[in-house]
Amino acid sequence: MNAAIAISRRELTAYFSTPLAYVFIVIFLALAGATTFYFGGFFQRGQADLQAFFSFHPWLYLFLIPAVGMRLWAEERKSGTIELLMTLPVSTTEAVMGKFLAAWLFTGIALALTFPIWITVNNLGSPDNGVIFAGYVGSFFMAGAFLSIGSFVSALTRNQVIAFVITAAVCFLFMMSGLEPVQSAFRGWTAPFIVDLIASLSFLTHFDAITRGVFDLRDFVYLVSVIGVFLFANVVVVDLKKGS
Amino acid sequence: MSTMLQIKGLTKRFGQFVAVEDVSFSVNKGEVLGFLGPNGAGKSTTMKMVTGFLPPTSGTAVVCGQDVTRDAISVKRHVGYLPEGAPLYEDMTPAGLLAFVADVRKLASSERQTAIDNAVDKLQLDEVFNQQIGTLSKGFKRRVGLAQAILHDPDVLILDEPTDGLDPNQKHQVRALIGEMSKDKAIVISTHLLEEVDAVCSRAIVIARGKKVADGTPAELERRSAYFNAVSVRLPNEHVGSLEGALNGIDDVDRIEKGAVRGDIAHVVVVSKGESTIVETVNARLREKNIPVEQLYVERGRLDDVFRQITGGVEEVGK
Repeated sequence: MNAAIAISRRELTAYFSTPLAYVFIVIFLALAGATTFYFGGFFQRGQADLQAFFSFHPWLYLFLIPAVGMRLWAEERKSGTIELLMTLPVSTTEAVMGKFLAAWLFTGIALALTFPIWITVNNLGSPDNGVIFAGYVGSFFMAGAFLSIGSFVSALTRNQVIAFVITAAVCFLFMMSGLEPVQSAFRGWTAPFIVDLIASLSFLTHFDAITRGVFDLRDFVYLVSVIGVFLFANVVVVDLKKGS
Repeated sequence: MSTMLQIKGLTKRFGQFVAVEDVSFSVNKGEVLGFLGPNGAGKSTTMKMVTGFLPPTSGTAVVCGQDVTRDAISVKRHVGYLPEGAPLYEDMTPAGLLAFVADVRKLASSERQTAIDNAVDKLQLDEVFNQQIGTLSKGFKRRVGLAQAILHDPDVLILDEPTDGLDPNQKHQVRALIGEMSKDKAIVISTHLLEEVDAVCSRAIVIARGKKVADGTPAELERRSAYFNAVSVRLPNEHVGSLEGALNGIDDVDRIEKGAVRGDIAHVVVVSKGESTIVETVNARLREKNIPVEQLYVERGRLDDVFRQITGGVEEVGK
């Protein structure tokens, strides 16, 4: 068996061996439901789609995903098990990938457990299931992008609380870069293409497009690139800091 | 005898601080090398470099022909390692941990179960096999750490303080295990217990302030002790004075040290000059003067004394 898969399996088991997994899933499902029905006006909209459901995902991920990612490397360094792990015949890349995939799969499980809402909307009307499917895939990849940031930050510190806070802050910046307050802060004094560049880094811009059913490959390329860049940085940081 | 581990000019700097400086040695199959030194001398850092955890600043380690700076993964396949303090995933059971290590080490399914059974058997882990590691005693944790190190029957075993925190019975067991495995492996153990060097090591290396300061068999190291060939005498306390008088004027006697008095029996150590043998002369003089003696024996030299002597004055520095 591939070493990365073995590491993934161990990590995934580790999530479910502590209350973290269950707390996370219950809170994610409760908040996903609450935001959809109370703030999203799921019924009032009178439309058979899941816009109201997906549009809150970035905000839920903002503080839930850092909680999933914070332990990935910080805990290994704090308990010293990183020495056990990294003296097994695995490359740093395999270890980073294995851990990331476990955390991603875990959030995928939580996301998949929201399936009753998909059934509900199909009972109430006839939604475009292709758009909903794209929304799920988009949400899953956005969770992956948040997690790659979380995994990277977790490797920078041995303190999980610090990892949580910094990850949430970095993710918040990534989200906000597409919003008007940030845009107008740059608009006056920078070239328009820089404003566009900053906007193009926003999770919200790309994610909104996906959930509205505008399937543009560039949005997925963007999310996959974020994952790639942060996991690469993650590998570099683990190599640099594992001994300290 | 084939060389399984060769360390060449291994050096590690952390900024200005030199943790390990130009350390070279090799370990053959069948040898158990004791790696000694005060805390912070660079023992663990050396081991971390040999096992591919830390990259050396310069120099390298070659394990079974594989260079750790070129192909760390191949080196890791040949090495079983118990890190200092035996860090383990506390939320796992020994069963889960050994299965995980077997998976990562890609043991074939045919040998996987045998390897796990074998390690569990050797370290007597069956009673805690399905208990969470976090709830285990220090001794059991250490044994789980050892079990994962020997799981793949490695050619080279590197054990950082393998008996630390074990009770005397467990220490004895682990030492017996190391002795038993040493026939077809090269084993390096770090320790600051000198009795351990005596008990299991065929050779010892002492490092201090990151540098190798001694390399030899335990017996050779003992020779360096001021107490090598000294004569220990236990005799009634009131005769100590006449003993001193009797030994006066023997050229080879360097000094007489008076130790503790228990009951009315005193312990006196007659220290020889250099490596000269004085037991016969001392014995003859005592008989001549009719001094009653409870016990008289030749000291082999004290490793801890040698240890202090060659690493002397080294302050403990943080790791």
